[in-house]
Amino acid sequence: MYTQSFSVSDEPGKPLKPVASTEPVELMARFDARIDADGRIEPQDWMPEAYRKTLVRQISQHAHSEIVGMLPEGNWISRAPSLKRKAILIAKVQDEGGHGLYLYSAAETLGTSRDQMLDGLHSGKAKYSSIFNYPTLSWADVGVIGWLVDGAAIMNQVPLCRCSYGPYARAMVRVCKEESFHQRQGYEALLVMMQGTEEQKAMVQDAVNRYWWKCLAMFGPPDADSPNSVQGMRWGIKRISNDDLRQKFVDATVPQAKVLGVTLPDPDLKWNEERGHHDYGQIDWDEFWQTVNGNGPCNKERLSTRVKAHNDGQWVRDAALAHARKQQQRAMKEAA
Amino acid sequence: MSAALKEWPLWEVFVRSKQGLEHKHCGSLHASDAQHALEMARDVYTRRQEGVSIWVLPSAQITASNPDDKGELFDPAADKIYRHPTFYEIPEAVGHM
Amino acid sequence: MSATANYLLHLADNAVVLGQRNAEWCGHGPALEEDIALANVSLDLIGQARLLYQQAANELGGDATEDRLAYFRDVPDFRNYTLLELPHHSALVGYAKSDLDYGTTIVRNFLYSALMVLVWEQLQQSKDEQLAAIAAKSLKEVRYHLRHSRDWLVRLGDGTDDSHARVQAALDHLMPYTQEFWTGSSMEAAAVAAGVGVDVAALKSDWDQLVDDALLEATLQRPKGEGYVTQGKNGLHSEHLGFLLSEMQGLARSHPTATW
Repeated sequence: MYTQSFSVSDEPGKPLKPVASTEPVELMARFDARIDADGRIEPQDWMPEAYRKTLVRQISQHAHSEIVGMLPEGNWISRAPSLKRKAILIAKVQDEGGHGLYLYSAAETLGTSRDQMLDGLHSGKAKYSSIFNYPTLSWADVGVIGWLVDGAAIMNQVPLCRCSYGPYARAMVRVCKEESFHQRQGYEALLVMMQGTEEQKAMVQDAVNRYWWKCLAMFGPPDADSPNSVQGMRWGIKRISNDDLRQKFVDATVPQAKVLGVTLPDPDLKWNEERGHHDYGQIDWDEFWQTVNGNGPCNKERLSTRVKAHNDGQWVRDAALAHARKQQQRAMKEAA
Repeated sequence: MSAALKEWPLWEVFVRSKQGLEHKHCGSLHASDAQHALEMARDVYTRRQEGVSIWVLPSAQITASNPDDKGELFDPAADKIYRHPTFYEIPEAVGHM
Repeated sequence: MSATANYLLHLADNAVVLGQRNAEWCGHGPALEEDIALANVSLDLIGQARLLYQQAANELGGDATEDRLAYFRDVPDFRNYTLLELPHHSALVGYAKSDLDYGTTIVRNFLYSALMVLVWEQLQQSKDEQLAAIAAKSLKEVRYHLRHSRDWLVRLGDGTDDSHARVQAALDHLMPYTQEFWTGSSMEAAAVAAGVGVDVAALKSDWDQLVDDALLEATLQRPKGEGYVTQGKNGLHSEHLGFLLSEMQGLARSHPTATW
């Protein structure tokens, strides 16, 4: 649900290595032919090592994003202002956990393990969607995340349902099915607030002001600055370019904002009749990269919370394993 | 104890919906034993829908047929469902934990 | 307030308080799979709370709504068992902070679910038709909660030496709070007299059976569970409920006329 729609190298600043041509020619030809024919690659099929590595990184980043994404929204579960909203939020956060799980499953088909992937996340090596490195400061943030962040994620995810790697595509189909309620619920919550008290309206506008530009940045750097996208597209992993997705998102969101009655905080945002699209202002890419590289407002908190949960839970996981082994031993004794 | 032995084993989940005719593969999850896997599968893959049937199977115990376009170019030992299994297998005689 | 409304509030408060506590694990569970399981339990409980508060609001009439009842009543008005408002750790004062302990969560969910499978079963015969319907739905849910918590009780009790010690400690801490299940109260007596509520004391031997079976399998010792008898259901709470309600109700109370 919350994926960065571009594959971030684990060492940003260093571009991904170009695909080495050390793979067997005939296997590569067959693989390329299948991709070109829009076919699917399945776990047991031969694949170039670079394809496998790219997918492991992208799918696991996507999974990590879902898990970390539970935190900014989880921040408001205990304080939700009505029981209905509380239930909706718990369900949403639970779905995010479930999506993380589907995605970890998909990644594991490529030969990595859950623990290896979690090690990557907890050590700070693996990335997750930068949007979750910002705080949720008011209840309206929850609605805005549903409307804008989930909205952006959906734009990115629907094309992934046609991704060349079977398990990832199928996981995305499942995710998209469950996703549609998330954006609607976020938007609906905002609609109610915008028809409410002056304080509620101000709360919503403030949340929009803080999140709008961050959401635009979610789609990744401009195409000209995204060398990795080319390979992703060649392999049927990335279907639509960063800029195209971003434009689509802006065009879809402007009328939604109008219905809500909020102002999108961009003085340069206006319809361009010639292009048939909305023009919009300059994204602060410096700030974006600062955050991606670990210097956003919440990076340390998000990561250390996940590390703590994992470490604090070790005794529980160990106990479950120990019990399972005891059961096995008893079963064997009985059989003997 | 090696890192692999500390992880809950991987299970594949198959669900037949109330109106369904057969079990469909949904994905996988980690659980410590079969009972746990079933409960987890219910929570994760069925969201408590009624009347569904769930099967769970340790991933390591599934044997798969080989991909269609084989010939001499595929790995003949690849009869497990994932190419590089890292499954934890519970050893028979386990010492004190 | 009618006997029925009072009783519904007791059941609703139980559900909302425990739902609130279980949701605290979101994003912090010992495994992703457990996060999802506890969120399920929490959702079920919040769902039960909503139905029960709605029915209570119907009973009370006037401007009562589910949210007015959940968000605009104070600590002394709440009728939940004290067991359910406790934080997920061993005995500490209200403003002390401590990590979440999974053993405490599991033991508490088990002790309460074991009671509610028996209570909801009986409440299917309640003279209040709405309550009977809620009971039928809740029974299905609590059977799953019981299974989940019982399975974990056994895994932790009969797991490692460390997990055994932790969950035994949790059990020793929480068992005395279950005394409150069996003490009479005028609220419950009135509900029973009206044919609406259940005589919980009559369920004790069945509950003992469920608990003893599980503890045996979990290789845990059943503590005597004596000492101070809590009275949360009579509105006399621990220090913890005040903090729980502050957090739960604060935002709603800051905007008393707002709709969400």
